Amino acid sequence: MLAVRLRDAIRANENATVPLGSLDITLYRDDLTRIGYAPIVRESALDFSVDDKVVVLVDDVLFTGRTIRAAMDALVDYGRPRAIRLAVLVDRGHRELPIRADFVGKNVPTKPTDDVRVHLTEVDGRDEVELIARERVSA
Amino acid sequence: MRWSRRHVLDTDDWSTEEIEAVLDTTGAMIEVLSRPVRRAPPLRGRTVVLFFAEASTRTRVSFELAARTLSADVVNISASGSSVEKGESLFDTVRTLQALGGDIVVMRHSSSGAPYFVSERTDAAVINAGDGWHAHPTQGLLDAYTLRGALGDLAKKRIVIVGDVVHSRVARSDINTLVPLGATITLSGPPTLMPSAWRCGQAPAGTTYEPDLDRALEGADAVIALRLQKERQEGGLLPSLREYTRVWGLSEARVARMRPGAPVMHPGPMNEGVEIDASVAHGARSLVERQVTNGVAVRMALLYLLVGTPNLEAS
Repeated sequence: MLAVRLRDAIRANENATVPLGSLDITLYRDDLTRIGYAPIVRESALDFSVDDKVVVLVDDVLFTGRTIRAAMDALVDYGRPRAIRLAVLVDRGHRELPIRADFVGKNVPTKPTDDVRVHLTEVDGRDEVELIARERVSA
Repeated sequence: MRWSRRHVLDTDDWSTEEIEAVLDTTGAMIEVLSRPVRRAPPLRGRTVVLFFAEASTRTRVSFELAARTLSADVVNISASGSSVEKGESLFDTVRTLQALGGDIVVMRHSSSGAPYFVSERTDAAVINAGDGWHAHPTQGLLDAYTLRGALGDLAKKRIVIVGDVVHSRVARSDINTLVPLGATITLSGPPTLMPSAWRCGQAPAGTTYEPDLDRALEGADAVIALRLQKERQEGGLLPSLREYTRVWGLSEARVARMRPGAPVMHPGPMNEGVEIDASVAHGARSLVERQVTNGVAVRMALLYLLVGTPNLEAS
């Protein structure tokens, strides 16, 4: 959804249409054998070649960076992009991998236990980012 | 829905949601197979043991390709030239498989129920790749996926299954998979090759027996021809193969009785000129090659779904 909006904005401002695809990164997760069940895999849709292109990955919230690591691994199975960039709506910190975003909507300081929820008009009927503070559950 | 099965032994006790979950995951796997790099990492570091105690090339290769595409290590144990032929008991073979450290055992066996025996004696997840006359769950699932691709929603669709039903694990698994998805099934074939209760009005729910193939095909949405084992004739169940072909073989004229464009399927390997004419097997209606491609994706889906089961983790 965010990528669709970016594509439409580029079309309106630059009069250029960039190809748009979606990646499901489930098969590339590094915790598949740790979570105790197999999450549903959805179909990726990338009907253009990424060879020698600059590909911008778009995600709503950047947190540990593990999703982005998985997305990069998935992407290189489709070809060899000239460069991979990362655009996120919210960067909430607490990275576990050496990954940073090239384009950030807003940096939001959070605690690791907090929950950040993004609502978009196309899905939820409103544009809103919620920061929900969670008390650390004592073990 | 959260997948919770440890083994795939038979689809007869599956919910419709479980069947749908496998078919949806299969769609994602088809996409993986279409990529320039046909490989994804979810089974990295896992070992899949292919234990085929009955001759099979296509199913074994299909599973092997599925496992390798998901980055698993693959170990092959076949019947001929192995300890099985030297008289090792199934129980000892299971202990060997266990010692090899297999996370998933894919097995084919001529004895119905053998995968159940193995699943109770190993920590590995077991996938039944065909046991005796009993079940061939991955064939049922790949036929369902292929039919859905050709016909869309299977509700109220009528599928004809023709041939040697009594000895067919494919027929049983097709019934177990297609009926929960809403299809009705017309079984056809010689009365000697039909379970006696089924031809006497006690066919399973969602199915009926129609001995006249021409009548069965009239307006049908698809047909699945079963492989005729030549031994059946020697066993006295058939007068001759020529008679079988004349009465139960799929010819151009026969398949034309179905709905226009209705597809023809066969689990393979085909006896062309016996249960199916070469022109039908390779004609515009034939989905036989699509079945083979979809088979790899269905098996990938099951391997993926089983990799997350807790017991696999413990092994």
